[in-house]
Amino acid sequence: MNQTRLHAWHIAAGAKMAPFAGYDMPISYPLGSVEEHLVTRRSVGLFDIDHMGQVEVTGPGADAFVSGLVSARVLDMKDNDARYSLLLNERGTVIDDLFVYKIPGAWWIVVNASNRLEDVAWMHEYVRAHTLTNVTIVDRSEETYMIAVQGPRAIELLDLVSDAKISGYPRFTSGRAKVLGVPCLVGRTGYTGEDGVELFFPAESAEKLWTGLLAEGKKRGIEVEAIGLAARDSLRFEAGMPLHGHEINQEIYPLEAGFKWACDFDKEFVGKAALERLAAAGVTRKLIGLEVQGGVPREGYEVQDGTGRTIGKVVAGMFCPTVKKFAANAFVEPGFAKSGTEIKVLIRGKPVTAVVVKRPLYVPAYRR
Amino acid sequence: MNIDKNARYLTSHEWARKDGAKVIVGISDHAQEALGDIVFIELPEIGKTLKKGDTFGVVESVKAASDVYLPMSGKVVAVNEALAGDPALVNKEPYTGGWFLAIEPSNPAEWDTLLTPAAYETEAGKE
Repeated sequence: MNQTRLHAWHIAAGAKMAPFAGYDMPISYPLGSVEEHLVTRRSVGLFDIDHMGQVEVTGPGADAFVSGLVSARVLDMKDNDARYSLLLNERGTVIDDLFVYKIPGAWWIVVNASNRLEDVAWMHEYVRAHTLTNVTIVDRSEETYMIAVQGPRAIELLDLVSDAKISGYPRFTSGRAKVLGVPCLVGRTGYTGEDGVELFFPAESAEKLWTGLLAEGKKRGIEVEAIGLAARDSLRFEAGMPLHGHEINQEIYPLEAGFKWACDFDKEFVGKAALERLAAAGVTRKLIGLEVQGGVPREGYEVQDGTGRTIGKVVAGMFCPTVKKFAANAFVEPGFAKSGTEIKVLIRGKPVTAVVVKRPLYVPAYRR
Repeated sequence: MNIDKNARYLTSHEWARKDGAKVIVGISDHAQEALGDIVFIELPEIGKTLKKGDTFGVVESVKAASDVYLPMSGKVVAVNEALAGDPALVNKEPYTGGWFLAIEPSNPAEWDTLLTPAAYETEAGKE
């Protein structure tokens, strides 16, 4: 199994470890995932997400390549813009979701750990199928380290330890800065719903930057904690963000999961034709949020109507520490997708009353 | 790993403690540590009669739902109402504030079949 360079640090910090996407990752630390979630929402959380992948695309044909490959509009992106997109196959279902950074002279595409190899293979296949000769694709994941710094005080902390004014970066842009002396690509993006950044830097500086940020926070009276994957999941869940393998996967169409906005039908992209056919035919299921009064509505649990007929299935569910609710995302028949609709979730053999709710469950006050 | 020296145990990590004529039941420090953050607890109704070894409830943590087993047979005479609003009490105070329920034991001799604190410590230490 793979390990990130901070593996020994996580173990020494008392983290509960488990495999994720082939990496032995920290699921939670002694603080516990509920408190880790709350710390991120009130101050700063640090996330070791080095298992994720980064692909660099260059060449005169790079713009056209990226535009044809991903679902979102990208040709209007200026240098330093960053944008969420989907990577679809010809069937119109989701290979991965990713972040596309336009940086001077290149495209920097950030992909999920679980799909990195498949994504890179897909990109090479696209080049081959279109006989492109002017695009260079390089998987930079091994030499690049990635950590996220998220929370209402994340930018404040970064301004104190960087040689650039990170607070001057608009949301969904990036820039180059030295953070604690380490040269980084700093992206003002994230997967928690909070403000903050994702840092990309040379892998050999991982321990220096990680321990340095924790120490600086302590020194300056800014609460900073290491956050494990369990809290990362509850944070993204409350913020309405998908996790590939749950709300999106290679059997799910973006139109079913509420991602029409990430598809630019004014351009050509892989999967466009399939989605247009689906749009004409109508989707047969929709992604909804639901809440139950008590009990955790977990992945795989059946969703039923009032008569006990199965109308769908939960793809992710948990206790949400900030909104203090037991909630789930589920695919259901379109007729049950309206907010306020009463449905049931089968929790350990018992139908539990549930109600369809709007997503996201939570948006920080400073971003409303 | 903390042990309550006044309690006795099941290998499945539930504890029982005599309180006058009643027996109080909960889960051990080892169990709460292994479960992680507890977010929901399902307890039986007061008045319910159960046998030793019966599943009397469910503890939901962030990662999984776990059945909890009754150390001694009896009738449920009290449940810890505080757990509904603060399930984390079980993590913080597994032997005191995080108690689950109290029973009137129907077969007091079952107490002798439970693991002593020393025996439980050895058992739990093996995991």
